[in-house]
Amino acid sequence: MNYTFQFGAVFEAFGELLEGTWLTIQLSAAAMLIGLVVAILGALGKTAGPRPVRWLIDAYIEVIRNTPFLVQIFLIFFGLPALGLRLSANEAALLAMVVNVGAYATEIIRAGIESISKGQIEAGAALGLKRLQVFRYVVLKPALRAVYPALTSQFILLMLSSSIVSAISAEELTSMANNIQSRTFRSFEIYIVVTIIYLGLSLLFSTVFAAIQRVAFAYPDRR
Amino acid sequence: MIRPFSWNEFLFLLSAVQWTIALSAIAFVGGAVGGLAVALGRTSDVKPLRYAANGYIQLFQGTPLLMQLFLVFFGVPFLGLEVNPWVAAALGLMLNASAFLGEIWRGSIEAVPRGQWEAATALGLRYPGLMRYVVLPQALKVAVAPTVGFLVQLIKGTSLAAIIGFTELTRAGQIVNNATFRPFLVFGIVAGLYFALCWPLSWLSRRLEARYAAASQR
Repeated sequence: MNYTFQFGAVFEAFGELLEGTWLTIQLSAAAMLIGLVVAILGALGKTAGPRPVRWLIDAYIEVIRNTPFLVQIFLIFFGLPALGLRLSANEAALLAMVVNVGAYATEIIRAGIESISKGQIEAGAALGLKRLQVFRYVVLKPALRAVYPALTSQFILLMLSSSIVSAISAEELTSMANNIQSRTFRSFEIYIVVTIIYLGLSLLFSTVFAAIQRVAFAYPDRR
Repeated sequence: MIRPFSWNEFLFLLSAVQWTIALSAIAFVGGAVGGLAVALGRTSDVKPLRYAANGYIQLFQGTPLLMQLFLVFFGVPFLGLEVNPWVAAALGLMLNASAFLGEIWRGSIEAVPRGQWEAATALGLRYPGLMRYVVLPQALKVAVAPTVGFLVQLIKGTSLAAIIGFTELTRAGQIVNNATFRPFLVFGIVAGLYFALCWPLSWLSRRLEARYAAASQR
C-alpha cells in the first residue's frame, strides 16, 4: 500500500461541509417535528378512527415499512411532477422523510397508546372530559413517555437515512461530500470525515433527546 | 428517443429482482457469521472483546449505511482488490448486517437465564460446549422473530447498492425510467416488487413473535 492520505482538500472545503451539516440538521429536525404530528394523528386514527380510516392508515404503514426509502424518494421526486406537482430537491427530500418517519412513528405511538390502562381513560371520561380532551390530557403524554426511547432511536435512524436524499441532489451533507469528491478526487478522505460528522450528529441528537426527556417527562413513575 | 413502457421493460425489472435477492442472501450469510462473532464478543467475559464488539456495533449503528458503502467502495482498492460494485456492495452490507445481527443476538443470548449457564458449568461444560449445547439453542428461539424482521431491513438496504452502481432492482428502475420517462409507473412497479419481497417476511416475523410471546406466557 503506497497511498498518501491527503486531507488538505477536505479541510479547504470546510465551509461547504459545515453548510451541508447544517442542512442535514435542519432537514432532520423539521422531518422529526412534522413526522411526530403526522404520527400522533395517525395513531389517533388507528386506535379510535372509523374502520375505513384504520384500513387506510394500516395500508400506509405497511407500504412505507416494506419498501426502500430510496424508492420512496424517487417516487416523490420523479413521480409527483408527472402528476403535476413540481418540488425542488430539498422540498422533495423533506416530504419523503416526513412520509417515511410518519409511518414508523405512527406504529410506535400506537403501541404507546395501547399501553395506557383502560381505567385511566375511564377516569378521564368520568371527570367529564370529551373524547378528544381525554386523548389530549390523559392519554397522549404518558403514551409518548412510554415509547420515548423507541421513538427517539427511530428519529436518529431518520437522521442517518437522510444521507440517502443525496441521490436526488438535495444539498445536505452527503451531497456536499459528493460534490467535493468529484472536484478533488479525494474520495476516501472526504467520506471518512463525513462519516465521523454523522457519528457526531448521532451523539448530538441523542444528547438533545436525553435533555428533552429530563425536562418533559421528569414526573415520577407511579406504579 | 423515448421508448414506450412495454412488457419487455417489465420483464427487465422482474429479472433484476434476482440480484436484489442474491445480494440480500450473501449479505445475510456473511452478516450471520460476523454477527455471531460480534454477539459472542459482546457477551464474553473478556473485557477487551466486549469493548471491541460494543465499539463495532456503535460505529455501524451510528453512521449511515450509504457512508459505509462509500467507504468500502473507495477503500477496498487499498487492500489490493479491484473496485467492483458487486464486491463493495456485498462487503459493505455484510459488515453492516454483522453489527445489527450482533446486537439482536446479544439480546437473545442475554435472555437465556443465568442459571442455565451455571448449571452447564456445574456439569463440567467449558465455553464451547456450554454455548453449543446449552445457551445458543435456547437463544435461537428468541432470535428467530427479530432476525426475520431484520431481513426486511437488509433487503431494503440493498437498494443503496444502486447508488454505487450495482444493477439490482432500484438501479434497473432508474435505467428503465431514463429510457421511458414514466417515473410514476416504473418506480411504482419497483416499489411493488420490493413490497412483494418484504411484506411476507414482515408478516412472518410478527406471527413468530406472537407465537413466541404466547409460548412464554405459559
